[in-house]
Amino acid sequence: MNKPNPVPSKVAARPNRALRWLTGLPLAMAAGALAAESITVVSWGGSYARACVEAYHKAFTAETGIEVLLEDYNGGLAQVRAQVDAGAVHWDVVDLEMADGKLACDEGIIEPIDSAQLPPGLNGEAPMDDYMPGAVSECGPGALFYSTIYAYNTRYIQGSPPTTIEDFFDLEKFPGRRGMRRSPLANLEFALMADGVPLDQVYAVLDTEAGLERAFRKLDSIKDQVVWWEAGAQPPQMLADGEVLMSTAYNGRIFNAQVLERQPFVIVWDGQVLDIDGPLAIVSGTSRLEAARQFVRFANRPTSMAYVSKYISYSPTRESAKALVDKHWETGIDMAPHMPTAPENMKRALQSDWRWWSDHRDEMNERFSAWLIR
Amino acid sequence: MQLRGPRATAVALTLPLLAFIGLSFVAPLGTLLSKSAYEPNVANILPRTLAALDGWDGDGLPPEAAFASLAEELPKARQERTLVRVAGPVNRLKSGMRRVLTRTARQVEKAEYAGSWRETLIGINPAWQEPDTWLAIQAAGARFTLRHYLQALDLERRPDGGIGLRSEESRIYMPLLWRTLLVSLGVTLLCLAIGYPIAHLIATSPPKRSNLLLLMVLVPFWTSLLVRTTAWIVLLQRQGVINSLLVALGITPDSERLEMIYNMTGTFTAMTHVLLPFMVLPLYSVMRSIPPTHMAAAASLGANPVQGFMRVYLPQTLPGIGAGGLLVFILAIGYYITPALVGGRSGQLISNMIAYHVQTSLNWGLAAALSSILLVAVIGLYLIYSRLIGIDRMRLG
Amino acid sequence: MNGDAPHIEYIGVRKRYDRSNWVVSDLDLSVERGEFLTLLGPSGSGKTTCLMMLAGFEAPSAGEIRIKGAPVDGLPPDKRGIGVVFQNYALFPHMTVGGNLAFPLEVRGMAATERRERVERALALVRMEGFGDRRPGQLSGGQQQRIAIARALVFEPDLVLMDEPLGALDRRLREELQYEIRRIQRQLGVTVVYVTHDQQEAMAMSDRVAVFRAGRIEQVAAPEVLYEEPQRAFVASFIGENNLLPGRILSINKGVCAVEVDGRQIEAAHIGGLPVGAEALVAIRPERVRITREAGQLANEHEAQVEDISFLGDHLRVRLSLCGTSNFIAKIPNIIGHGGILPGDTVQVGWAALDCRALDVESN
Repeated sequence: MNKPNPVPSKVAARPNRALRWLTGLPLAMAAGALAAESITVVSWGGSYARACVEAYHKAFTAETGIEVLLEDYNGGLAQVRAQVDAGAVHWDVVDLEMADGKLACDEGIIEPIDSAQLPPGLNGEAPMDDYMPGAVSECGPGALFYSTIYAYNTRYIQGSPPTTIEDFFDLEKFPGRRGMRRSPLANLEFALMADGVPLDQVYAVLDTEAGLERAFRKLDSIKDQVVWWEAGAQPPQMLADGEVLMSTAYNGRIFNAQVLERQPFVIVWDGQVLDIDGPLAIVSGTSRLEAARQFVRFANRPTSMAYVSKYISYSPTRESAKALVDKHWETGIDMAPHMPTAPENMKRALQSDWRWWSDHRDEMNERFSAWLIR
Repeated sequence: MQLRGPRATAVALTLPLLAFIGLSFVAPLGTLLSKSAYEPNVANILPRTLAALDGWDGDGLPPEAAFASLAEELPKARQERTLVRVAGPVNRLKSGMRRVLTRTARQVEKAEYAGSWRETLIGINPAWQEPDTWLAIQAAGARFTLRHYLQALDLERRPDGGIGLRSEESRIYMPLLWRTLLVSLGVTLLCLAIGYPIAHLIATSPPKRSNLLLLMVLVPFWTSLLVRTTAWIVLLQRQGVINSLLVALGITPDSERLEMIYNMTGTFTAMTHVLLPFMVLPLYSVMRSIPPTHMAAAASLGANPVQGFMRVYLPQTLPGIGAGGLLVFILAIGYYITPALVGGRSGQLISNMIAYHVQTSLNWGLAAALSSILLVAVIGLYLIYSRLIGIDRMRLG
Repeated sequence: MNGDAPHIEYIGVRKRYDRSNWVVSDLDLSVERGEFLTLLGPSGSGKTTCLMMLAGFEAPSAGEIRIKGAPVDGLPPDKRGIGVVFQNYALFPHMTVGGNLAFPLEVRGMAATERRERVERALALVRMEGFGDRRPGQLSGGQQQRIAIARALVFEPDLVLMDEPLGALDRRLREELQYEIRRIQRQLGVTVVYVTHDQQEAMAMSDRVAVFRAGRIEQVAAPEVLYEEPQRAFVASFIGENNLLPGRILSINKGVCAVEVDGRQIEAAHIGGLPVGAEALVAIRPERVRITREAGQLANEHEAQVEDISFLGDHLRVRLSLCGTSNFIAKIPNIIGHGGILPGDTVQVGWAALDCRALDVESN
């Protein structure tokens, strides 16, 4: 079991990236020519992808000799569908959202993963006992808890800061632009919470046409001020540039900007939408099925999960991995209070209902696109 | 007879070019047009289900044969990974059908046979007892369809079979097409307003300076589109160069920085810059061919500078204005990277919607229909242009 | 406005584009009404700049230009009412011939019927009736130039400027148009200031010619005066052909001086007040040189060697060695009995003292 790379990754990552640019092509060609093993893993880019590389991609390659080629995407199933449909699969493993994972599984475009066959817990626990309840779908387990929160830059907000999700939608109190993900996911929940819907009724309200209209009406109230982002790396940039006054974001990205780039960002945990990332899915029809399986098994080791959490503030979905998470690997700060699952961050937290989303993803996407264009 | 030899050779020599045009232009265009109206996937994947639905008029539930065929064909499609091709189109006709189809495909094999396939399917998902569900499959099974065009034109088929406008809030594409045409026209006019004096300056400067100016026009031309667009983000954003300068000079207060990007202003600014060379170059080439003595002659004949410009200079630059204008306009209509990056929500154009349907929603039929409509619009404008100004009078340089 | 004032006056006009070089310096010139004045000089001598300043396209750096006694400083070209004919015709290609001719009338707000009448008259003046509907691009160079002239005249200016208008045409057409321009000028009585570098053209057309050199006027005079009585060596060599022999003035007597050239003494008209002992250039027109075989028959007689003879139809061109040059030219009319001179012969050459002028050597 490899330890995390002791070289600080912020320093290491840049040369790495440059090196990849320089060596990527010949490597890829060599890999193809020798039919040596390499797999293409598609993830969310930026500091999260970097954390995964440091935490277990490198260790995986060292253990198996299988090269991991990393690509970025911004979520959704479009590319996976297109590749499977065209019979030209070049993505082997994709880091999906839970809702998409369920959809993809139903459509038969990803290989089902039997969670029971995954590596045991740190102390030999059966996998199904080790994964937290709700983090396992019939098509594979989630990888980590992350949260969609909103954050602001203290450089641009002085005086009394925003503290609640209501403040995010309050243009009178906090005039200025808002950054939001170009997706209905989490945004509809934010809107309803800010509109006064109690946490436990959010999805019930969303299930009705009137509730949906209510959510979009709330979004309408700030629509003109919203700058839409797609990649998780964008919100920290927009906040740093002052392009937006506040922005929704993945909590880990903001954390990284705080500790590694010393950005004076503040996360507002009130109204956070806690979600599960994963499964790491194997695209149906890949020619590197066995290598992909190996990779997924490796990634689901408790240690792999725990190491990710030492790089970015997302917490593992396995109980036994939790114990391994203590200090940030570079700055040495305690990771626990930065985790979305920390009790003080959970005072008003909504657990995203990925089953509801897998049922409604397509309709919501369509509706959201149509709303956006108007 | 004597001519035949060399002539045949000449024709033969153009064959590679014709083949190239065929492969790179006619073939993709043909595919595009066919995709917009021809959708054989559902018909190919669910042939027996559709055959069983043949003759069913939507009254009550379809015959048992339809249920039985579907129960067989859906899991088969899932195994062959062709279910996506059915789920997408049917889902577009009836929202939620992707879920119904994919879940049914997955569960029907394990489900307990309830005496009839009808009961079995309805047991899996109650949606199967709604005639609408089956109507959607029936409609998606048509190989030839105009529904993408209807959707692209914001029309819909009424229950009575007639065709009418969609409700106001679901009209998306026609307003967007209008917006695209207006933005393109605006960008064209802006390019003309900025490019005309620049081209004139270049055309009338001494060679050394005009070469330098021409270089300044061309350097952005050779620079990556993304780099240029990103440069505008750096300049225009709230904490960008221009805003910081205005604040530093005390022209705008810090709290009221101008919002010049992620809206229509951003789209206009960046697109005008990106497309400016396409206006300047044809104008320059036309202006360079106008002898400077023409304006002197006009003055000596008693025309004041305005009269001289309007009557003598401007008419002679019309071919350049026409060429540059058409070039910029057509390019602007098809632009999507720049609006996507700097346009925010309000600065999106029809091409962004086409890109969305190609890349994200995978509704290629609709994307093809939108593209075809755009193509027709451009050809229409081109014809109007050639009727008004005459295409033979257009000069690219 | 002064009825007695010359039509045009240049008073101490200077022009420069950069700090160092004067393109035109200390120009004083006046043109009378109805006069045909040609500005003649090699390219770059400042003649076109003078014309452009008069038209209003350039402003003098110093000095003043007056038209009919009134200074025109600061008056834009379109307010001067001067017709200008350009070298490249400057016809507007997007208008018909008729449109070109009507243009100056339209900008003056003339009614359509009168416009048509005037255009017709102008076309008739340049003998281009019936060409009104053509486009300039459909006309030959000579026809285009006729139209350009008509356009410069159609609004009835009393002053027309022409900047090398025939420069782009071949010789026959040029001669034909020279005659036409002169005819039209006489017929209308307009004042013409004409720029050319072709001295034959200048001689053929002009009432007076101003010879330009390096931004200055060398001499202004009627063509025959310029030819017969050049005041400066430059004029002597630029107008027609001249043998120029360098020498030194030995004595002066009643307008005739003796000049020592290469050890010989030559008598010549004394021009410009050169003192005894001054360096001088003796100018002798080739056609004034006589050649004989016997000595003692000619004034200013000298022995010379025949180097070369060219037969040029109406005359023979004889190259001689004389006074230290082997390039002394004599032209002998092609008449019977020119003496059967052959290359290598030793002959006597001579000329009348008044056909030979001693000029300031100055800056030639």
